[in-house]
Amino acid sequence: MLKISNVETFYGKIQALRGVDLDVNDGEIVSLIGSNGAGKSTLLMTISGVNKARRGNIVFNGENIENKDPHKIVDMGICQVPEGRRIFSRLTVEENLRLGAHANEKGKHFENDIKEVYDLFPVLSDRKTQRGGTLSGGEQQMLAIGRALMSKPKVLLLDEPSLGIAPKLVNQIFVSIKNINKEKNVTIFLVEQNAKKALELADRAYVLVNGKVTIKGPGQELLKNKDIQAAYLEGGAKN
Amino acid sequence: MEKKDIIQSFKDSLFTGLIALALFGPIVGLRTVSKGEGLFITPQWGVVFLLVGLCILGRFLININSARRTEFKIFSTLSSKFSSITEDKAKHFAITGILFAVVFPFLPFTDRYFMDVAIMILTYIMLGWGLNIVVGLAGLLDLGYVAFYAVGAYSYALIATTFGWSFWICLPLAGVFAAFFGILLGFPVLRLRGDYLAIVTLGFGEIIRIILINWYEVTNGPDGITGIPRPSFFGLPFKRSPDEGETSFHLFFNLEYSTMHRIVFLYYLILVLALITNYFTLKIRKLPVGRAWEALREDEIACKSLGVNPTNTKLTAFAIGAMFGGFAGSFFATRQAFISPESFTFIESAIIVAIVVLGGMGSQTGVVLASIFLIGITEMFRDLEQFRMIAFGGAMVLIMVFKPKGILANRKPTILMHGDKK
Repeated sequence: MLKISNVETFYGKIQALRGVDLDVNDGEIVSLIGSNGAGKSTLLMTISGVNKARRGNIVFNGENIENKDPHKIVDMGICQVPEGRRIFSRLTVEENLRLGAHANEKGKHFENDIKEVYDLFPVLSDRKTQRGGTLSGGEQQMLAIGRALMSKPKVLLLDEPSLGIAPKLVNQIFVSIKNINKEKNVTIFLVEQNAKKALELADRAYVLVNGKVTIKGPGQELLKNKDIQAAYLEGGAKN
Repeated sequence: MEKKDIIQSFKDSLFTGLIALALFGPIVGLRTVSKGEGLFITPQWGVVFLLVGLCILGRFLININSARRTEFKIFSTLSSKFSSITEDKAKHFAITGILFAVVFPFLPFTDRYFMDVAIMILTYIMLGWGLNIVVGLAGLLDLGYVAFYAVGAYSYALIATTFGWSFWICLPLAGVFAAFFGILLGFPVLRLRGDYLAIVTLGFGEIIRIILINWYEVTNGPDGITGIPRPSFFGLPFKRSPDEGETSFHLFFNLEYSTMHRIVFLYYLILVLALITNYFTLKIRKLPVGRAWEALREDEIACKSLGVNPTNTKLTAFAIGAMFGGFAGSFFATRQAFISPESFTFIESAIIVAIVVLGGMGSQTGVVLASIFLIGITEMFRDLEQFRMIAFGGAMVLIMVFKPKGILANRKPTILMHGDKK
């Protein structure tokens, strides 16, 4: 469905991605783990077209998207939940959701779509008219996910949904992600520092180090991998 | 209050006095007087010491007040008076305000002078509302808004004097021209935000003014354009003795001729134009494009990741904001009957931005309050000539001290729950 081959992305002279190869199949949950500065967020930004790849190809459903504008890519069905949630803090919850449907707000499914999001995250329904900035971190994350779902994506790109959120809510959000995948049939590409959670959830996973994929395999298998355990799970890293 | 705090406040106010001395010393203290041949300097240190003393005292009072609010009743009551103006009450205020504006020309104390001031305030309200689309909603700081005002005024003047078309044809054309210039400015600044955008728009405003001065063949340079047709009341001119085959306003309605007729008509004209601007803004905020403007102000990256096209969003904001500036410009041209580049200097842009910012970015009612406050105060002190701008500056400082986020800082949501009255 989504095939990334040999992608290199730069910030000025600094190379953030050094030839990334990765693919996501229809209906899968794929996780990408790695430490700070490995290039995880850059890869997501490159897929959604906010940053442009200098070399390499990104093919989505048979079409090259590496040179497309971000709003075109969203229209094609790839939507990103950016790192740090990036809620429109002075806008209300419902206004935030409507913005997610920016491309198809006039569409006939709109009312139904917004109801689905409220069913998925009932707390948002209670807080419809509240400003985005007044929500807790976890609620903001739900809002960010809900907002992205409003664009009816085929692939949802999630950038560190566990960042800065109470552990209890993290579990709830990961359950929701699984539901979105299973029930709504949305393919998930998840980027996480919380390696344990991300690997448990994933059908397949990749490890990104210094802008390159070093290890890949089924999520359960990577959980048992000695190197990963040392670097990302037990002693070494946080979580 | 602790002794330490008082000493600290005192030190701070002395420092303020030092700055005031450095400013007022040369500006006020050394007065140049022309006597016979050449200029002579007459020192007036007394005035300088008075001003510096006032600055020290004022600063000291503000310091003490912020350290302990209860001690100085004047400040705290004033401040709470201001904060009681919320958006909820703003609705009642808006209705009363519009009603008042409608009956204003017929109130017993209203004379020519009041009408002129009211027309001026309304012009600034309209400009403020127009700029509010760009600055308040889309969050793009535009310091060259006067350029669109100028484009509107000159388009109107040139079309009306060349082709002799009526006001109602020229007005939309002037708006279209201004919107076109808005897009023209929009393109090069698409990638810019914040300070950088402000600098470029500032430059754009100056470019337009300098073109107006130097393109003599078209704009008549610094001499300006004279004989711009006055507006007519749907074809009925406001003239004492109409031309052959024409009926003038006072003859048609069987009234005694009065110059006030035209003034009152102009007043209602700008009132309607301003209200249209407001209505349009309130409506568009609820549409996807208006919501996208606000989202862009909040977070551009989030917008991109959600599929909002920032290019189109910014360009529409610039174009629509400019269009209303152009309308206001046409009105200005037809009211003055004479325009020159003199009227479109940077200070105009600065005043309009000040109105938007002090009103509370994005608040429509705030713009009204700030215009009345700033323009009204400046007018009240007109007799004091050179002290007028001090009053203007003073008004700005007062607002920033008591309402640092603007008079009405709360954003009103566009979507409400059923049964939720607010």
